[in-house]
Amino acid sequence: MKMLNSFVLVTGILITSTAFAVDITGAGATFPYPLYAKWAEAYKIKTGVGMNYQSIGSGGGIKQIQAKTVDFGASDAPMTPEELSKNGLMQFPTVIGGVVPIVNLEGIAQGTLKLSGQVLADIYQGKITQWNDPRIVADNAGLNLPSKLITVVHRADGSGTTFIFTHYLAQVSASWKNDVGADKAVKWPVGTGGKGNEGVASFVQTIKNSIGYVEYAYALQNKMNFVQLKNLEGQFVAPNDDSFKAAAANAKWDKKKGFYEILTNQTGKGSWPITGATFVLIPQSPEKIDNAKEVLKFFDWAYSNGDKLASDLDYVPLPAKLKTTIHDAWKEQVKDKSGKALWK
Amino acid sequence: MPNFLRESLHKRQTVLDALFRNLTRLSAFSVLALLAAIIASLVVGSMPAIHAFGFGFITSAEWDPVNDQYGALIPIVGTLITSFIALLIAIPVSFGIAVFLTELAPDWMRRPLGIAVELLAGIPSIIYGMWGLFVFAPLFADHVEPWLTENIGSWPFIGPFFSGPPMGIGMLTAGIILAIMIIPFIASVMRDVFDVVPTMLKESAYGLGSTTWEVMLKVVLPYTKIGVVGGIMLGLGRALGETMAVTFVIGNAHELNQSLLMPGNSISSALANEFAEAVGELYTSSLIELGLILFFITFVVLSLARLMLHKLQKREGHGA
Repeated sequence: MKMLNSFVLVTGILITSTAFAVDITGAGATFPYPLYAKWAEAYKIKTGVGMNYQSIGSGGGIKQIQAKTVDFGASDAPMTPEELSKNGLMQFPTVIGGVVPIVNLEGIAQGTLKLSGQVLADIYQGKITQWNDPRIVADNAGLNLPSKLITVVHRADGSGTTFIFTHYLAQVSASWKNDVGADKAVKWPVGTGGKGNEGVASFVQTIKNSIGYVEYAYALQNKMNFVQLKNLEGQFVAPNDDSFKAAAANAKWDKKKGFYEILTNQTGKGSWPITGATFVLIPQSPEKIDNAKEVLKFFDWAYSNGDKLASDLDYVPLPAKLKTTIHDAWKEQVKDKSGKALWK
Repeated sequence: MPNFLRESLHKRQTVLDALFRNLTRLSAFSVLALLAAIIASLVVGSMPAIHAFGFGFITSAEWDPVNDQYGALIPIVGTLITSFIALLIAIPVSFGIAVFLTELAPDWMRRPLGIAVELLAGIPSIIYGMWGLFVFAPLFADHVEPWLTENIGSWPFIGPFFSGPPMGIGMLTAGIILAIMIIPFIASVMRDVFDVVPTMLKESAYGLGSTTWEVMLKVVLPYTKIGVVGGIMLGLGRALGETMAVTFVIGNAHELNQSLLMPGNSISSALANEFAEAVGELYTSSLIELGLILFFITFVVLSLARLMLHKLQKREGHGA
């Protein structure tokens, strides 16, 4: 009898606790995974609501949210407004990150090599093959560049990082735009492919006279030799929080277009030219109303309390103005069946 | 024992027997069903790509996700070449290991060495990949590749296979890592079959004045031919399908290079790299068709090996 009683008690607790806290699920991009995991941990302690995020890649995230098997999807490359309305999805950015070219060059100190976008594109197209090419030397008076062949390293797997990087090259080089294009995986004219950021980083570390590109956090944590890039205003800038923030601040975020904005080649004297945001996708009229509300609550909490966690992990938080616009977009775009807004 | 009891016992045994027979049959057929289901789902999955590219998929070296143009030539060539290099290295080394372990090694050395070879087979492939990338590739790039390009690079015919900047990663590295991975398989099968050669046969050959080399070549090898080819096929099967280790060191570039020192791609590493982020029906379906091709290659290689064995056995029958 006693056992039965306690059994009833335990089941009762289990049932009430599940009714009380709806755990939310998300899937998608690998880039924001460490941050989402940290946010989820802190949020769980605060509210008791768990968030289970599977970093299966942006492509997988889009497929999962289309199939409605998760409460939100995450992607590094934004969906276009047309794709969003076709799938009945709403999109908003969560954090900003930067892509950084890295090199392995003996005798060149960290952050001293300067490249323009056009030169970078030509290196990746195999048009500039030597480190002492006159066009590289022109921007780097005083550096002793070796007369060695450049080994180009790129990502072997499809990736949002590649999307941002190739999107930038397509903006600064017409021949890159015509011959290669911008996507999460492209037909690389030259080079060797590494799997993941860690693959590219280790190739660049082991292959002498190589150049690659990784997310900022990887370059920082592995103390890689990053380069300075010439931005739209003709200034050479180094990759850091300030230059990413400058790029984000100068973007024209439009909630009507699903915040479709790729932060490459932005105006502003201090803007880092290869910057990008990572995005979350949710249904515009969700079937599970409670879960959808919890997703919005989670990101609301993250926007107001998660900036420090983001900075600790070398991501760049969104500007405050943009966060307000995202809240407005929730009110306007996410509704239940009767047309009532889920976010008040 | 009363008659009715014996009868019921007999009945129970017949039922159990039938049950057992059907259970084993079910297990055996489930393998066939699984195989058929895998082929069917691969074929269905690759239909869009088959419709779009037809036979040209196999001969085209194009791999362009931006314009949705796909061809399988580079991964197919990469898979075959790396596996070929692996066999070229692994067969003689494994043969040496097996001969030493069965004929030449002192008794106290046989067990520890044999266990060491078997332990090598148990190491997960990703460890081989990481070791290849972080330890082997830099050494190879600094010490072996420059020597190869300088000394062999200028030879006619063979030279072009060994040219290009020393990067440490590429088709040759992938082949060598694969060889290291399949040596334990081939070597342990060879050792086991060499062990079952009747001592009397070998002793007689030694008695007639044969050297160890002659005994191995003329007595042991002909006697164990089938087992040896089986072991090699086991190794080849593993080399063809190996994913992680190859992905780390092959360079993952969709480029067709004559030089073995340049990066290439294999079917399994293309799949491992690109499947997660492949968006769009044609892209996904092209990757599935790659999988179907790998399945087909493995099937053909194994069938050819069977056929070869069959012919060998037949010829032997006629000779006797």
